[in-house]
Amino acid sequence: MTTHPHPRGPKPSRLSGGQIGLYAFLILSALFFLLPLYTMLVTSLKSMEEIRQGHIFALPATIDFDAWKTAWSGACMGTQCLGVRVGFWNSVKITVPAVVISVFIGAINGYALSLWRPKGSNLLFGLLMAGGLIPYQIFLYPLVRLLANLSLYNSVAGVVLVHVIFGLPLVTLLFRNYFVAIPEELCKAARVDGAGFWCIFLEIMLPMSVPMVVVASIFQFTGIWNDFLIGLVFAGRDNLPMTVQLNNIVNTTMGERAYNVNMAATILTAVVPLAIYFFSGRWFLRGVAAGAVKG
Amino acid sequence: MQAKRRRSLAATFALLPTWIAAIFVYIGTMVWSVRLSFTDSTIFPSSNYVGFAQYARLFKNSRWLASLENVLIFGVLYVAGCLALGFVLAAALDRKVRFESAFRTIFLYPYAMSFVVTGLIWQWMLNPTLGIQATVRALGWQGFVFDWIVNRDMAIYTVVFAGVWQGAGLVMVIALSGMRGIGEEQWKAAQIDGIPVWRIYLSIILPQLGPALAASGMLLSMGVIKTYDLIVAQTGGGPGYSTEVPAKFIMDNLFERQNLGLASAGATVLVLSVVMAVAPFRYALAIRARRRGAH
Repeated sequence: MTTHPHPRGPKPSRLSGGQIGLYAFLILSALFFLLPLYTMLVTSLKSMEEIRQGHIFALPATIDFDAWKTAWSGACMGTQCLGVRVGFWNSVKITVPAVVISVFIGAINGYALSLWRPKGSNLLFGLLMAGGLIPYQIFLYPLVRLLANLSLYNSVAGVVLVHVIFGLPLVTLLFRNYFVAIPEELCKAARVDGAGFWCIFLEIMLPMSVPMVVVASIFQFTGIWNDFLIGLVFAGRDNLPMTVQLNNIVNTTMGERAYNVNMAATILTAVVPLAIYFFSGRWFLRGVAAGAVKG
Repeated sequence: MQAKRRRSLAATFALLPTWIAAIFVYIGTMVWSVRLSFTDSTIFPSSNYVGFAQYARLFKNSRWLASLENVLIFGVLYVAGCLALGFVLAAALDRKVRFESAFRTIFLYPYAMSFVVTGLIWQWMLNPTLGIQATVRALGWQGFVFDWIVNRDMAIYTVVFAGVWQGAGLVMVIALSGMRGIGEEQWKAAQIDGIPVWRIYLSIILPQLGPALAASGMLLSMGVIKTYDLIVAQTGGGPGYSTEVPAKFIMDNLFERQNLGLASAGATVLVLSVVMAVAPFRYALAIRARRRGAH
């Protein structure tokens, strides 16, 4: 009976040398990945005096939220001192409609291309896939002229349109692959019952594809929120998204750099996609994986 | 017959916006840009054709040549770095470690952030008078030098640093999900044979993950050619033009230096290089698919 392990005794040690090495490696890697975020956070909570004295990895002596307030509503971009707040709302105005429209059109495309296959479907799909691979620089100048002729250049609507167009390849692909796996009989049965193209889409296919709608929306949302190039070229001075504003605030300030304000502004810019990442968990992963294995 | 035609008309109609985008934006603007690259356009497009003169000018431009060299160095090291670090991290997490999901979250979070944010974070961490160098000197090593970001010969490697920090998590996620799909039997067989764990990962697991890793390598490479915002935020292309990249060269000539013809030639070269990189890969895939169909 004495050999019976005591239920409250210490766990048997199974930490071999290899295990210790493994954890050491993981912890060091975690520190490497966390260090930049930590640095930003502590610096944003310091006063400029403290930044001038101490080194950047030290914890703040006194926690000071002033930099966050300045970053949000007072940081200067050129002569304007309105903070990243302006850019935040511009990003919202650009991202929300762009995501909704591109996911909706992508779903229709995927549905039409996989279950209906009208004439030229393969050609269109091939064009989209090729278009998705080509560097944006070749489209930019003519597209600027095109949008200027349509009076959409330097407007939110223009940026949204460009995001939708450049988002189509991937969103279409996601939905096409999703709908291809749905048995064709389902569609045929509905057709026999007299349902048409739109009726089948809205009442059967769209409700069935909610998981893909979520994945595609997360994918598009983080992508468009993080965009820099399209916002820079097409938005115009009054509608610059947060990423462009942030870069302008940080890289064009005159005189001494307000590191604490800059870092607070940087965190504010990253907060939305990070929140999506932390709260959507599995869905974010599925979006990332779907984007990665498009092959 | 009548009914069938009406239905496919609805499908055709639904794809109309995408057709317009594909024809006018993907094809139309590309043809337009290629045409511009054969003219002497400066601020405004001109119809004065000069043959390959802009291309000759381009390849005599030391800044363009430097940008090609930089993107090659950055691309090779960034893709290799992400694949290697991502695979090793995945293998470590695959060893049934505690707090696996916490580690996973930490390794992937940078991927949710924009290149602008990534570039700015690393700009601060690597700033010699403020960041890592200053910290180590404050600890007593006065002679410590880590000024790569302001060093012409080393600055491009700091961009690799930031890129790998941002992208390794993606490879880890893909590799880890691949490892989870490999059956227990192979592990048991290998362990009975007494093969050390690291050999199993290198000789048995790695080859099986080949296709998934190749796909993520492809994806990362596509990103390399588009690299623009990371450079703008982290180094602005400097010091000098030691971190200049083609995408930035094109943007500068397009919108600041008013060299429309030259920029279009650069963009055309970029597109051609993508086509040359992707075509063999696509061709191989098509052949394999056909062979599989024949069996």
